[in-house]
Amino acid sequence: MTVPAYQKIVFYLLLTVSSVLIFAPAIIAFSMSFMSNQDIMTGKIIPTSFTLDNYVQVFDRFPLFNFLLNSLIVSIVIMIGQLVLSSLAAYAFVFLEFKGRDILFFVFIATMMVPFEASIIPNFQTIRDMGWINTYTGLTLPFFAMAFGTFLLRQSFKQIPKELKEASEIAGIGDFKFYLTVVLPMARTSLVTLGVYGFLTSWNMYLWPLLSTTDDTTRTVQIGLRQLQSQEQLNEWGVIMAGAIIVVLPTLILLFLGQKKLQKGLAEGALK
Amino acid sequence: MSDLLIEAEKDYTGEFLKAKKVQRTKSFLKGVLFLLPSIILFSVFLFYPLFKTIYLSFFLTDSSGATTVFVGMNNFKAIFTSPLFLKSLEVTFLFVLYTVPGTVIVSLFLAVLANEKLRGIGIFRTIFSSTMGISVAAASVFWMFLFHPTIGWLNQILELFGVEAIGWLTDPDWALISVSLSTIWMNVGFTFLILLGGLQSIDSYLYESADIDGASYFYKLRRITIPMLSPTLFFVITVSFINAFQTFGQVDMLTRGGPQNETNVIVYSIYQEAFMNYQHGAASAQAIILFVIILLLTLVQFKLGERKVHYQ
Amino acid sequence: MQHVEMIDLEKSYDNQKNVLNGINLAIEEGEFFVLVGPSGSGKSTLLRMIAGLEDITGGILKINDKVVNHLRPKDRNLSMVFQNYALYPHLTVEQNILFGLHAKKVEKKEQQKRLIETAEMMGLTELLKRKPKQLSGGQRQRVALARSVVSHAPLCLMDEPLSNLDAKLRAHMRIEIRRLQKKLGLTMIYVTHDQVEAMTMGDRIMVLNDGKIQQVGDPITLYNEPANLFVASFIGSPKINLGTAVIRDHHLIIEDSIHIPITTSDIGNIIQKDDLTIGIRAEHIFHGEEDKKTHELEVINVEHLGNETLLTFEIGKELWTAKWLGQWRARVGDKVPVKISVEHMSFFDSKTTELIKPASNTAKEQEVVAI
Repeated sequence: MTVPAYQKIVFYLLLTVSSVLIFAPAIIAFSMSFMSNQDIMTGKIIPTSFTLDNYVQVFDRFPLFNFLLNSLIVSIVIMIGQLVLSSLAAYAFVFLEFKGRDILFFVFIATMMVPFEASIIPNFQTIRDMGWINTYTGLTLPFFAMAFGTFLLRQSFKQIPKELKEASEIAGIGDFKFYLTVVLPMARTSLVTLGVYGFLTSWNMYLWPLLSTTDDTTRTVQIGLRQLQSQEQLNEWGVIMAGAIIVVLPTLILLFLGQKKLQKGLAEGALK
Repeated sequence: MSDLLIEAEKDYTGEFLKAKKVQRTKSFLKGVLFLLPSIILFSVFLFYPLFKTIYLSFFLTDSSGATTVFVGMNNFKAIFTSPLFLKSLEVTFLFVLYTVPGTVIVSLFLAVLANEKLRGIGIFRTIFSSTMGISVAAASVFWMFLFHPTIGWLNQILELFGVEAIGWLTDPDWALISVSLSTIWMNVGFTFLILLGGLQSIDSYLYESADIDGASYFYKLRRITIPMLSPTLFFVITVSFINAFQTFGQVDMLTRGGPQNETNVIVYSIYQEAFMNYQHGAASAQAIILFVIILLLTLVQFKLGERKVHYQ
Repeated sequence: MQHVEMIDLEKSYDNQKNVLNGINLAIEEGEFFVLVGPSGSGKSTLLRMIAGLEDITGGILKINDKVVNHLRPKDRNLSMVFQNYALYPHLTVEQNILFGLHAKKVEKKEQQKRLIETAEMMGLTELLKRKPKQLSGGQRQRVALARSVVSHAPLCLMDEPLSNLDAKLRAHMRIEIRRLQKKLGLTMIYVTHDQVEAMTMGDRIMVLNDGKIQQVGDPITLYNEPANLFVASFIGSPKINLGTAVIRDHHLIIEDSIHIPITTSDIGNIIQKDDLTIGIRAEHIFHGEEDKKTHELEVINVEHLGNETLLTFEIGKELWTAKWLGQWRARVGDKVPVKISVEHMSFFDSKTTELIKPASNTAKEQEVVAI
């Protein structure tokens, strides 16, 4: 199909304008993080000087490195937990036949209807009573079980020909070995997709870390940013922006790398 | 001879049944074992809290959240007569009304644009999906600056056109709109990505045959793209609704529910009631309302969706 | 020795009764046994019941004289080759071949020995480090066979293993599988829907339709003495020519259009006069040389195969095909002389579809030559 030239120009024009509008908030923040406070306060759009001072200051005055490390640990732990639990559950739903499977599957669907926000009060009490406030356990454990992840992987496992399972049954390969050595390697792409998604959402988590951390020991970078914003107040925009840019950098890079896979994987898991 | 055979078969049947039973028990245990981690965590962090929330909503609590006095439906009566909670409900519905259509329309527009097979389209796709990688906290910081009354870009642009500055986050008439605007921006990335995935899974033969028939761009959009995309659209709308009802971060960062409770959406209201005022009982009653709203929404959407959506 | 024995084997699903019914069968050790039937006949289900992949609803299955109904697949000491080969795409050929041996706790040394042996036998030595994706269809097929061979299981089950290959390769692999089976002395149970495959490969064949055994026998018996109309029309290519017939006044009248005088010796012990169906193979409708012609038929289609020619005639509402050796320049519309005789006809009961009398003269002009 060939697109006429004038149509192409219209498309490029629309695409460019949309991109500028969508990207503007991030670009403005990015350029501000390199601007002197004076430039910002006088409302300059194009900086008169380039400075790394904001970045130095944000690390200096703030345990930002600590927060970053906490976020990294929390996100990776949640990601791994989700991958393990979702893949185990998906395996049971695809490859195992047993009484009550359909009921359990319905239970998994039902969990999608309970918003985490609606059950946050007892969850807070649980974590508090277990003494898990300000621990990685308290930050991560509630998010391991995941219906969406289970469905996404179930969809992917279903693509594996059932003859492979039968062949391994005849050869005498047990379910756990089959899960580890055949199913997981074959579903690599979906696992990566789910991993990226899990990491992104965990890194960006807001309400739960706000409740379950009370000091800096395990506080995540998002809550750190909240603190930074409320403490610094209006006059230190450069420092705040530098902090924000550092917070979004890891997820943006991850997103750019995994965008294609995410796009395919999420649509498949969501719709079939 | 035949008697003997029957005899032999009888013996076996018992044995087979036993073996089958053992195998069935084994496979049941195996299945449960694979599901057990998920089941335990769902029970502890999802089902138990749900019932506990219902339970708590019938009680008054002390500051640690322990129940003190059973009050029956009083918490519910109280919140439904409280102008604060009613305001919060109103704000939430308005917020949903602003953000869901906004997000879906903008994302759909971008997805249709980005679905064209043009040179360099990958860059545009990446840019459009980028807001998915930006956290609520960071996005709020970005927008906080844009909304800044004097040095913020929005007011600077208005000034350029000679329009009077707007108190984006401080004016009660504007605050909710401002929060909605930033929310739409935050949600566009994810919604765009899903819609683009949906568009790309539409069979290209459909377009080719329409081309042969000489269909125009907009005719194809209306008659092929949108109908074929309807399952994805349906999913995206459902998710957007649920997300909108669960909004918290941007309100906490940008306005703290103010000014004059104009942005006090329901989750923020629950948060304040439970963790600022330590009223776990009343907060639980609000949480139940949130749960019921989302439950109804999901059910209604499923019912409606079943009829209207075109499934392949 | 009987390797596999089935006594009154039955299969039903919750929503579908009698998928298989009354299966009684014994398969000898070292035999190449083919299960053939149209799709949905239950042949694959039967194979999977033997493998242990499907539950047995009723009856008894014995392997090596031991009842195995309740045993899991891995405890039945057999190997299986699947239609789609079931190769693990992320593993190399070598890993694929060895995959099952790890589970059977075969020693490392023994594993390597068997690997080298099998790879050599199957011509895979050069390909051991490749992934299935990098192999041709025929090579994948060989890997699947190798996996079965390397297990040293004495019983091998194959489920339509050749149906994903093109015609030439299929013909070649038929011979290879056959040779392999004889060489290793395997007992083979082979499922196919292709009667040519069944005829060319099987020591014995079981024809299955609608979950019931139609006939069990060696290929020649099935061809010459089909037990019923189903087997008659299923086995043989081109399809056997069928026509309804009645006997009147010492004449056999086929499809109200062909009259053939008969004597009592021709029809032997046929008492029935009505509701007959006769079958005659395409190679038994001969060219009628001047003095020997019995009928003249109008040609409605000609197919030249090179070494032989297929001519189609219209008999009543049936289409009959004759297969003549050599090249015949006949044109559509020509009237050609043919010779049709009762001695080549098999008689069936139209109502029960059962065979009443097989063709009496199969062995005369086209002898089954014993070498």
